[in-house]
Amino acid sequence: MRRRRTSATLLCSVALCISAAGCRDATERRDNGAARPSGGVAPIVASTAQPDDGQWLMAPKDYGNNRFSGLDQINAGNVANLRVAWTFSTGVLRGHEAAPLVVGDTMYFVTPYPNILSAIDLNRGGEKKWEYRPQPSSASQGVACCDVVNRGAAYWEGKIIYNTLDAHTVAVDAQSGKELWKTKLGEINRGETITMAPIVVKGKVLVGNSGGEFGVRGWITAVDAGSGKIAWRAYNTGPDADVLIGPRFQPFYLRDRGKDLGVTTWPRDHWKIGGGSVWGWISYDPELNLIYHGTGNPGPWNPEIRPGENKWTAAIFARDPDNGEAIWAYQWSPHDLYDYDGINENILLDLPINGQTRKVLVRPERNGYMYVMDRKTGEVLSADPYAYNTTSKGFDLQSGKVIENKEKATGFGKVAREICPSAPGAKDWQPASWSPRTRLLYVPHNNLCMDMEGLDANYIAGTPYVGASVKMYAGPGGHRGEFTAWDPVQRKKIWSIREKFPAWSGALATAGDIVFYGTMDRFFKAVDAKTGHLLWQYRTGSGIISQPISFKGPDGKQYIAVADGVGGWAGAIVAGSLDPRDETSALGFVGAMQDLPQHTNNGGAIYVFALP
Amino acid sequence: MCSRSLSLVLCGVGCLATACAGDSARRVFRVCADPNNLPFSNQRQEGFENRIAAVIAADFDARLEYTWFPQRRGFVRHTLRAGLCDAVIGVPDRFGLTATTRPYYRSTYVFVTRRDSSIHLQSLDDAALRNLTIGVHLIGDDYANPPPMHALARRNIIHNVAGYTIYGDYSQPNPPARLIEAVANREVDVAIVWGPLAGYFATRQSVPLQITAVSPEIDEPAIPLAFSIALGVRKGDEVLRAELDGVLDRRSAEIASILTEYGVPVRPLSATVATAAGGGGN
Repeated sequence: MRRRRTSATLLCSVALCISAAGCRDATERRDNGAARPSGGVAPIVASTAQPDDGQWLMAPKDYGNNRFSGLDQINAGNVANLRVAWTFSTGVLRGHEAAPLVVGDTMYFVTPYPNILSAIDLNRGGEKKWEYRPQPSSASQGVACCDVVNRGAAYWEGKIIYNTLDAHTVAVDAQSGKELWKTKLGEINRGETITMAPIVVKGKVLVGNSGGEFGVRGWITAVDAGSGKIAWRAYNTGPDADVLIGPRFQPFYLRDRGKDLGVTTWPRDHWKIGGGSVWGWISYDPELNLIYHGTGNPGPWNPEIRPGENKWTAAIFARDPDNGEAIWAYQWSPHDLYDYDGINENILLDLPINGQTRKVLVRPERNGYMYVMDRKTGEVLSADPYAYNTTSKGFDLQSGKVIENKEKATGFGKVAREICPSAPGAKDWQPASWSPRTRLLYVPHNNLCMDMEGLDANYIAGTPYVGASVKMYAGPGGHRGEFTAWDPVQRKKIWSIREKFPAWSGALATAGDIVFYGTMDRFFKAVDAKTGHLLWQYRTGSGIISQPISFKGPDGKQYIAVADGVGGWAGAIVAGSLDPRDETSALGFVGAMQDLPQHTNNGGAIYVFALP
Repeated sequence: MCSRSLSLVLCGVGCLATACAGDSARRVFRVCADPNNLPFSNQRQEGFENRIAAVIAADFDARLEYTWFPQRRGFVRHTLRAGLCDAVIGVPDRFGLTATTRPYYRSTYVFVTRRDSSIHLQSLDDAALRNLTIGVHLIGDDYANPPPMHALARRNIIHNVAGYTIYGDYSQPNPPARLIEAVANREVDVAIVWGPLAGYFATRQSVPLQITAVSPEIDEPAIPLAFSIALGVRKGDEVLRAELDGVLDRRSAEIASILTEYGVPVRPLSATVATAAGGGGN
C-alpha cells in the first residue's frame, strides 16, 4: 500500500515537471503504473512512428534491446556544437560499464563495486539528490573474474532495481533513496557474483549470475518486483527439471531435442559445475510473451575432459517470463574451445526476409557471426562473419552450425597461433544499437587474435597448477577495435571505423541520424549514421567502456549522457594496475593492451552534453 | 568467513600503523596469507606457512604482521604488489608474479586412497585408473587446471573423473580439503592431490588413508607433477630476497622439521626427471 502511494507520488512529480515538454502521454502509464515503461503498450521494436518519451528506464532502453533514441534535436547538422552541460564524479575508480537511467526529472547511476546508486536532479543542472550504498561484501571483489563492473539498473513502479557484486538484488525507492528490499540470489563463497543489468517483465525482475571462471552453475532467476521474493529459477546445465524444460520445449534443430541433454552432453556429473552463467543481456517480446537470454562459456573443465556439446553453455534460451519454462534453445558454440561466452544482446526486429516480414532477433555473436534468427522458432535465417575469423570456415544453414576450423582447435600443451576472434570474441558484452531510420545496426567490437603457446605454472589456494599461456594481439590491420554499421537484410557491412583499442563501450543511435560511442583512449564520438563520418568528439578524463544514452530534460532539451572510467576485462591493465610486462595476465588480455596506460588513467564520472 | 577475513585486512593495516608508532625500534616482518587454507595458513596461524613465517620473524628479531587475503586470482596484485606486505611464504620456484628466493621444499602430487581398499597406484599410466572414480581439483577455464587433470585428459581418462573446485565453499574451513574427505567418505576411489594438502588431511579422517607420490614427475608434453616452492617477494626487492635466502640457510633444519610435522611429502630439491620414477612420497 505504502509502496503504491510512493509510486503515485513519483508519477505526479513526473507528470508535473514534464508537462511543459508536452510530449508525454499520460495514458501510456495506465497499463502498469510505471512512468512510461516500455512494457505493455510500448513497442518492443524501435519505430519512427512512436514518439520517444525522452526517458531511459532500463539499461538497453527498450525490451527489444534496440537502444534507439527517438529524440532528434541533436542531429548531423548541429552536433558539432555539442557542449558539456554538467559532469558528476562517481567517486569510484574501477571500470564503469553502466548506462545512466533517466526517470522524469532524475538521473540514476550505479557505480562498479561498491555499487553506489546516485540520484541526480535534472531540474537543478546535475545537483546531487541522494545516494544509496548497499555495502556489498568486500570479499566479492576477489571473486569477480574481470574487474568489479556493474552494467546498470532498471526502473519499475517507483523503484530503482539493480544487482550488487556480492550477488544480491536490491530495490530502492526512486524518490527517497530508501532501500525497499534486498534479496540474496547467489553465494560469493561459491564463486557467484552478479554484474549484469536486470530488466523487469510483468512485475518480475530477471537476473542471472556471473562466475563461469570459478565453477559455478549458471542460472537465471525471476524476483517479484514488489516483494523481492524469488518467483522461479532456471539452471542452464543439468536435468530438464532444473533447466525448466518441459512439454512446451521445441528447439528448431534436432540435436537440441532429447531428454536431459544438460546432463547427457557432459561426462558424468560435470554439468554440476559446468558454467553457463547469465551475465549479459535479456530481451523481451510481449506479443510472443518470450524472454531471450544467452548463457556463458563452459567451465572449469579443460575442453578435452568435457567431450560433448556441453549443453546449455554458450547458448541462447527463449523462455516464458511467467514461469521460466524453456520454449526453445540454440547453442552458438557447442563444446566451446575459445571462451566464447554466449551472453551478447539479442536485438528484436521485424525485418523483411525473402519478401516476408519476419519477427527476428539479430545477434552479433562472440564467435564472429551476425545471426538473424526467427525469434518464435529459433531457426537461424542467416549467419555471416562480421569480423576477421580463423576459428571457423563458414556457416552451414542446413544444420544451423558454424563449420569449425579443426586447425585452430586448441589443446592443452598444443601450440595454436592466430586464433581469431580471441577469447573476448569478435564482440564481447558491449551492446549494439539499431536505427529504424537507417535500418542499420551499429556494432562496437574487437579485432583481436590470440596465440596459445607454452605452459604457465601458477598457484591458487596453496596449489600449483598449469595453464596455457594466452597472448592476445591486434588482428589484420593492426587496430584492436572497430565500430561497424551492419545491414542485417543485405547481410553486409556498410561502413566501419577503425579504433586503436577494442571498442568496449555500447552504441547509441538517435533520430538525429547520428550514432554515439566511446573509446578506451578517452574519446566520446558522434558519427554520421549513414556514412560513419566523424561529426564531433570530446576528450573525457578516462577511457569509456559504458553505455551512452539520450534523454529529454525537464527543460525540453535533448541531452546525451555517458560515463567514463576505463576498466573491464579489456581495461584491467589500468583499472587493476596490472604489470604491462606480464603479457599473459588478465587471461592474456594485457598483452594486447600494453600501451593503454599511455592514453588513460582510471576515473569515473558522468558527462552530460547539450546544444548551447 | 570471507568478509570477516577481508575486514581483518583493513584491521591489520590499521594495527600496523599504530604498533609502529609505539614500537618504532623493532622491525616488522609483513606477510600476506590466506586466512582459511590449512595446512598452509589460517587466521589462527595454525598452518606450516604461519610457523615458517614465525621462524623467519624470530630470525630477523622482527614482529610478525599479517594481511589476510584469500589466495585466489589477484592475490599477489591485491596484497604483495599493493604494498600490504613484503613476503608470501609459498609460491612456485621462479614464479612470474613475484621475485623468489631459493626453493626451500619440493613436493609432488600424490594418490590418496583408503588403506582398507585394494587400490595400490603409483603411476598415472596404471591401467586401474580407467576403472576407478578419480577425484581432482579444478581451477578454471583456459586450460588452467592442476596437472593431474591435464595428465588424465591426455590419457583419455574422462568419464570416471569427478571435479572439486579448488575454491569450494569459502564459508567452510579449508575448502580444498573436501577432495581428501571425498576419499574417506567413499565419494571417490582415489584422489590425485597436491602433496601438502594430502599429507595433512589424510591423517585427519575417520578412516586411515594412504598417500603415494604419482609418477612420472614430469608428464608429456611438459606437465610437471612435482613443484619446488620458494618464498615470494616484490620484484626488485633484492635486499629482502637476499636476507630471506640467508634465513633459509640458517634455519633449514627447523623448517624441515615443521614440514615433517605437517606431513608434507617432500622430494629432494635437486630432483630431476631422471630421479623421479616410482617411489612413495610419504
